[in-house]
Amino acid sequence: MSVAAPRASRRRLRYVAERRGFLATLLISPAVLFIGALVGAPLVLAIYLSFTDATGGSLTGKWIGLRNFRDAVDNSIFRGALWHTFLITLISQAVVVVCAGLLAHALVRKFRGRWILRFLILLPWAAPIALTVTGWYWIYGAGIPESSIFNWFLVHMHIVSNANLPNWLGTPHAAMSSIITVQAWRMIPFATVIFLAGISSIPQEVDDAAAIDGATGLRKFWHVSLPLQLPIATVAVLFGVIFTATDMVVPYILTNGGPFNSTHVLTTWAFQIGIVSGNVGEGAAIALFMLPLLAFVTIAMLVFARKAEVT
Amino acid sequence: MRRRIFPYAVVVPFAIVLAFPFFWMAVTSLKSNSQVYDPTKTWNFHPTLVSYGFLFHQTDYVRWLKNSTFVGLMVVLITLAVAMPAGYALARLAGRVGRGLGVGIFLTYLVPPTLLFLPLSRVVAQYLHLSDRLWALIVVYPSFTIPFAVWLLMGFFKAIPQELEDAALIDGCSRIGALVRVVFPISVPGILTVVIFTFSLVINEFVYAITFISSSTNRTLAVGVPTGLIRGDEYNWPGIMAAILIVSIPLALVYNVLLNRFIAGFTGGAFR
Repeated sequence: MSVAAPRASRRRLRYVAERRGFLATLLISPAVLFIGALVGAPLVLAIYLSFTDATGGSLTGKWIGLRNFRDAVDNSIFRGALWHTFLITLISQAVVVVCAGLLAHALVRKFRGRWILRFLILLPWAAPIALTVTGWYWIYGAGIPESSIFNWFLVHMHIVSNANLPNWLGTPHAAMSSIITVQAWRMIPFATVIFLAGISSIPQEVDDAAAIDGATGLRKFWHVSLPLQLPIATVAVLFGVIFTATDMVVPYILTNGGPFNSTHVLTTWAFQIGIVSGNVGEGAAIALFMLPLLAFVTIAMLVFARKAEVT
Repeated sequence: MRRRIFPYAVVVPFAIVLAFPFFWMAVTSLKSNSQVYDPTKTWNFHPTLVSYGFLFHQTDYVRWLKNSTFVGLMVVLITLAVAMPAGYALARLAGRVGRGLGVGIFLTYLVPPTLLFLPLSRVVAQYLHLSDRLWALIVVYPSFTIPFAVWLLMGFFKAIPQELEDAALIDGCSRIGALVRVVFPISVPGILTVVIFTFSLVINEFVYAITFISSSTNRTLAVGVPTGLIRGDEYNWPGIMAAILIVSIPLALVYNVLLNRFIAGFTGGAFR
């Protein structure tokens, strides 16, 4: 009796252990199925559609080979969109890295008023972007230069005159700068938060060891702190690149590709062709130009996530 | 002394610049529509809440709030039901299979809606017959909330010691029983974090919402506010600013409270 009871429970334990693989499959499969149906299948469908002449209202179309891609590339607005996507992503993320790096190093210390300052810095990330971009549309003057608060500041600092106000969303170069500003503005808080996590994850012993070895200030930063933070910071930047390059909300609400198609990016152009003009096949082909970037970032992410794990 | 000043010298200017748009939105929301374009009244105006009244009584704003909340709650339920078991299993699956699968699921979060909205719009219209229905969004949104939630939950569950479950198993719990009675209750703070961030992803979503939904009464906040608050070709800017702030400020407060936990989950899945 007294011997049988532990043996029975041990047998049950072993039974449970044997079921473990089965149980894990059972628990994970709903997630995998959901993702396969809602991400994998549409992705395959997008690739298929890009080779057909499908239009709004039908999922099928005649197979037309690479014609959609040729038509897309032949269009100068598309080539502009490709260039703008690159430019907006590169410049905004460069600004983000510098600003977030500075901010994270300042915020890692303890000081009075930190909570409220952190709250203010997080605002652009926490607030829904479609709504805040609408706010920015108004800040830029909503098409009327006189009502832009920026212009009010510029006039009162005597940088521009009342007769010659910049139209922030109405001229090509100004519109591009406006979009880049908003993209950087909304990504700085997220990058700061992740950088901060990277700095805080450096163990105190490393700091102490560096101090004993006589490393201080910039030297310590360059040889000790920076290499340790780099992997996690890179992951944050890769996120920023993907979110910015594939974003449609900011350019769509601010300019919708205008003025004169001078600020289209891949996403707004794909929406214009695929939904507004109803040319689903070509729209899908345009959107697929984001795929190489996606593949590159995915691979980079895997490499750096592994490095981050090692440190 | 210099060390003391450094944080303020950096953080204060950034805080002012990053938060300025919200300050200006708040100022604008307190004006009446006739004062908005008057250059003499940029700062010098009579504050009024008339635009808040306009927003609630003469627009579909309340309707959009309800729509977004409804979609948000349904998506949160679906996401938790699917992601909690998966996150737990991935946290406990040792070795390369579990890790690889976890990272794989997370990477699908990177596939953007702007790549999938064209095929999905056809699927929603032709196969699901959900054009212009909120259910179209409820079906599609888990495509990005599940990968995100699985990743966060995996990070949280990893932090729970295996010994706790083993004790429950020895006390006669089944594995599922241990999960429901021991693991989930102590993960409540983590799960709450996932709920808030999932909800916020739903409130944020724009591309699917503008593609699938066409009538004003079925819009969500993210599409309704930028496209719907137009009356007779004229924007009511104070009303629009009020509409933005009413959603943004509470959300930002919650973010600030849950931030540390979010970082722990987000970085805990991979970087430890």
